[in-house]
Amino acid sequence: MLLDGWQIAFETGHHLLLTLVSVTIAVLVGVPLGMFLVREPFLAGPVVGVAGIIQTIPSLALLGLLVPLLGVGDKPAIVALFLYALLPIVRNSYVGLSNVDRATIEAARGMGMTEAQTLRHVSLPQALPIILAGVRTSVVWSVGVATLAALLGAGGLGTFIFRGIAMVDAAVICSGAIPASILAVTLDLLLAWLERRLVSLGLQPGPRR
Amino acid sequence: MHDVSRSLGSQQILRHLDFEVGLGEFFVIIGASGCGKSTTLRLINRLIEPTGGRVEVMGRDVSTMDVTSLRRGIGYVIQETGLFAHWTVRQNVSVVPRLLGWPKARIAERVEELLEIVGLPMAEYGERFPRELSGGQRQRVGIARALAADPPIVLFDEPFGALDPVTREHLEIEIRNLQRRLNKTMVWVTHNMFEAVRLADRIGVMHEGEFIRIQSPYALMNEEHGPFVHSLLGPHRFQLRLMTMTLAHLSEAAKLDKPEGSQGIVFDETTNLWDALSISDDKGADSIGIRHGDAVRWLRPRDLWSHIPGLYAA
Repeated sequence: MLLDGWQIAFETGHHLLLTLVSVTIAVLVGVPLGMFLVREPFLAGPVVGVAGIIQTIPSLALLGLLVPLLGVGDKPAIVALFLYALLPIVRNSYVGLSNVDRATIEAARGMGMTEAQTLRHVSLPQALPIILAGVRTSVVWSVGVATLAALLGAGGLGTFIFRGIAMVDAAVICSGAIPASILAVTLDLLLAWLERRLVSLGLQPGPRR
Repeated sequence: MHDVSRSLGSQQILRHLDFEVGLGEFFVIIGASGCGKSTTLRLINRLIEPTGGRVEVMGRDVSTMDVTSLRRGIGYVIQETGLFAHWTVRQNVSVVPRLLGWPKARIAERVEELLEIVGLPMAEYGERFPRELSGGQRQRVGIARALAADPPIVLFDEPFGALDPVTREHLEIEIRNLQRRLNKTMVWVTHNMFEAVRLADRIGVMHEGEFIRIQSPYALMNEEHGPFVHSLLGPHRFQLRLMTMTLAHLSEAAKLDKPEGSQGIVFDETTNLWDALSISDDKGADSIGIRHGDAVRWLRPRDLWSHIPGLYAA
């Protein structure tokens, strides 16, 4: 049985939406959490540790654990994806912000920047390459984990993969697997491009373009 | 006029400092690593707060002032430059004017003027990033940035510590001229005595959190000093001493006529003795002319030593 193009397009869109919604929430939570951890470094170990433990839980197990709590559908899928996406973003925000050159921050303070101005004009732009690298990792992982969301009835491209496996039909499997792979690679390239656009040329290695 | 006096708590990093730096003065704080010289500097712009005593800038107790506006009114240059790597030279130099909300046109004009002052013309360097500059050029940008909003006081924390000796000496001479021309009050931390002698109106020698001497370079080099100052001067005492003396000190001893048949070079009487001797040696000259106004008096280097007070006494 061949699936029609509209159905594939619809599930690709759904897959993309699951990924982007969870990663966006992870960025909104993770970056501020990273900033907070830089100010309270004694909490950094525990918080990054807990996020690491969540990461270690097999993705299928995590999805399964959320079903009794949140039922089936998009909701547990987004929560699981968010939890997975969180670690790279928190960790990279924390590492990126705490590795900003001390002298630069000292100079910013010495010139009369407030703490908020130092963060906005100095620390964040300088940590941006590392934060964005975390976001990229999260996005690529999430595209992968989102295929499992089909098992919770959340839809997405996993639907075709699991249906194809059940039907032992390679064409159906491929109609989920190929778009999912293309999606992951495309998003990765898109973020790489965005990184080159957003990160100051002063921070990028090599000759100027 | 600003006046600094403070002491610091249990660990006694600084002990009852009590000194004053005059308006337009070039004040150099020198001492070994960990003696508290940077701490002292950072008290002035409140990067560190005193645990006792009072720091005053322009007659106002800094603890009563708004910390950000205090800092925006004081230039600050550090060894690592602290340039913002993600911003161009132009953006770096305009930081404080932007914080102060200057209009755009005025900022642009000021940045151009400053880059000209520090010898990095806007057209060539304005749009470069710090990573595209040499160490010396980055320090120049750091200095331009500190001067941007025309602060009356500029603080320097070992700004040239990481530069090679040639660049360093060159920049020292420039900054000294700049300080004279712009009439800024500068407080400069270093552990290099040559730098201190080249720059300072007065040198404060710091040891274990206190000033053991605050003197002019000449007085520091030529008066009796204890074993610590002696060790700080190291094996270069002789050169440092000659650097603090000018030819004017010797004009009494000089004669009106140029010694016959000698190869001579004329220096202004404000030239220091070390420079005069090394330049005349380089050029193979065997007599030195000392210019005072329109008059020139002459001296042979070999006759000079007996006129330096107590030269071989110590």
